[in-house]
Amino acid sequence: MRLSFRQALLFLVLAAVAVVYPFAVPSYYFTALLTQVLIFSIFTMSLNLLAGYTGLPSLGHSALFGGGAYAAALLAKYFSHSVWLGYGAGILAAGVLAALFALIALRTTQVYFLFITIALGQLIWAIVFGWRSFTGGDDGLPGIGNPFIWSTWKLSGGLTYYFFALGLFIIVAYITYRITTSPFGHVLVGIRENESRIRHLGYNVWLYKFTVFVLSGLLAGLGGVTWAYYNGFVSPRDTSFELSAEALLIVILGGRGTLFGPIVGTIIVVLIKNIVAAFTQRWLFVLGVAYILTIMYARTGIVGTLQARLKRRTTA
Amino acid sequence: MMEPMIKAVSVENLSRSFEGIQALSNVSFTANKGERLVIIGPNGAGKTTLFHLITGEIPPTDGRVFLFGQNATYMPPYRRTQLGIARTFQITNLFPNLTLQENILLAVLGVSRQKFMMHHPVSSCKEILARIDRFLALWDLQPYKQSLVRDLSYGVQRQVEVIMALSGGARIVLLDEPTSGLSAAETKTMTSIILGLDPEMTLIIIEHDMDVAFRLAHTMVVLHHGMVLAVGPPAEIRADLRIKEIYLGAEGQATC
Repeated sequence: MRLSFRQALLFLVLAAVAVVYPFAVPSYYFTALLTQVLIFSIFTMSLNLLAGYTGLPSLGHSALFGGGAYAAALLAKYFSHSVWLGYGAGILAAGVLAALFALIALRTTQVYFLFITIALGQLIWAIVFGWRSFTGGDDGLPGIGNPFIWSTWKLSGGLTYYFFALGLFIIVAYITYRITTSPFGHVLVGIRENESRIRHLGYNVWLYKFTVFVLSGLLAGLGGVTWAYYNGFVSPRDTSFELSAEALLIVILGGRGTLFGPIVGTIIVVLIKNIVAAFTQRWLFVLGVAYILTIMYARTGIVGTLQARLKRRTTA
Repeated sequence: MMEPMIKAVSVENLSRSFEGIQALSNVSFTANKGERLVIIGPNGAGKTTLFHLITGEIPPTDGRVFLFGQNATYMPPYRRTQLGIARTFQITNLFPNLTLQENILLAVLGVSRQKFMMHHPVSSCKEILARIDRFLALWDLQPYKQSLVRDLSYGVQRQVEVIMALSGGARIVLLDEPTSGLSAAETKTMTSIILGLDPEMTLIIIEHDMDVAFRLAHTMVVLHHGMVLAVGPPAEIRADLRIKEIYLGAEGQATC
């Protein structure tokens, strides 16, 4: 139940690679790619809490990610360029949206939960897309600019932002780790594994689901704001169904309900998308094959399957 | 010696219908603290429905449920658990993909103050972990601590069902056919385990095996077609001809 030696080692190696890599390979392109991996990992880790650990597969999670992004962008456009206010507004907006989503979506389970979260996500997308005078419609909102952390330290340039995103990524990974090893986290897994049983063990199941939905929303919002500042631009695509579906597939591909699953999944998908796309236009085909192989040969995802293998070898 | 009887569970005129079919009608009885109340009756008599109503899985269409004198008729299941009630299921209902330790953890955690804690790991909850170990030792199951419950034998899984109900410190335990599907030897073990439970604990047991039922019961309740046919001590029930009829056929050809 604690971070094993092997996990800790893996984490240190990853952290070292993350810090050294952009210096070892000084390529603007790769730094940008890695920054994207970090930001999307924050998003997929947040979804993993909900879909992976609790067994609530939301297909409207991009509305929370994009909702946070839009809140920060709108604040920048109409009110203030403060990055702190931007994060505050973005995370708060995503949390409030998540609470509203949860109040409606938690009345359902299973396939109906999928449908209702699609509908809720599309609702946010429609507002963002349709309310042209306020949100810019399908043009999006440009000109968020590079935010200042302190008076002179500007978040611009590839490397600075890379390390900023890395810091947030580590914080979110740590939060996820603490939550999932806590009593609260074990109850979430219990709800996923057998909801009807856990009701009779003294748990208010609805309250757990609601809490994790909001928590997941807050983290998704954090990712969304980071994405908005990274691009200097938000567009309806950030709240789209495609983005929600991609995030859910990443969680499944990487390993739902595992700490590293969404990170591994995000790395693979972002790399396939960008690198394979350089050689062939059929990158979606490659992605599709990867999913099919995962479902056929590694139902618990890449990390889930590897963990099971390792466990079998150490106990055998 | 003669302390006043404390009513642990009492149900009053409990009725439940499912889309017009009357599963239970006007069921009333009381189980006092420390009593072993065994419910018998043929399939479809409404025994499991009665458990569902007592634990709050479904609400009654009429009547009331009291736990330790408190009206619990419309309490959600988790509130009733906090009043000290726990149950097992007729069809084994565990967390098959979690380890034995994690299964019992969920049972112990559910009645603890730490159940909502999210900033400390489970490994820091020493008292809870010690309690789990005590139960594993008591039941001789330490070797399976890290085994997935789905890999355990059926007999052990039935025991885990009971441990799950007991490890939260419940004072009222509802056992739904604890011996169903067990071999003769396993049934014997289970029966002696139940006989050895804390005498302060109130047990309500659904049992199909008549030998086990008569051994365990202080009081028996016979359900038939959703109604209470008889309530009384085992000797009285054994002598009741109507009950023989229900079990052996109403034609009367079987007189033994």
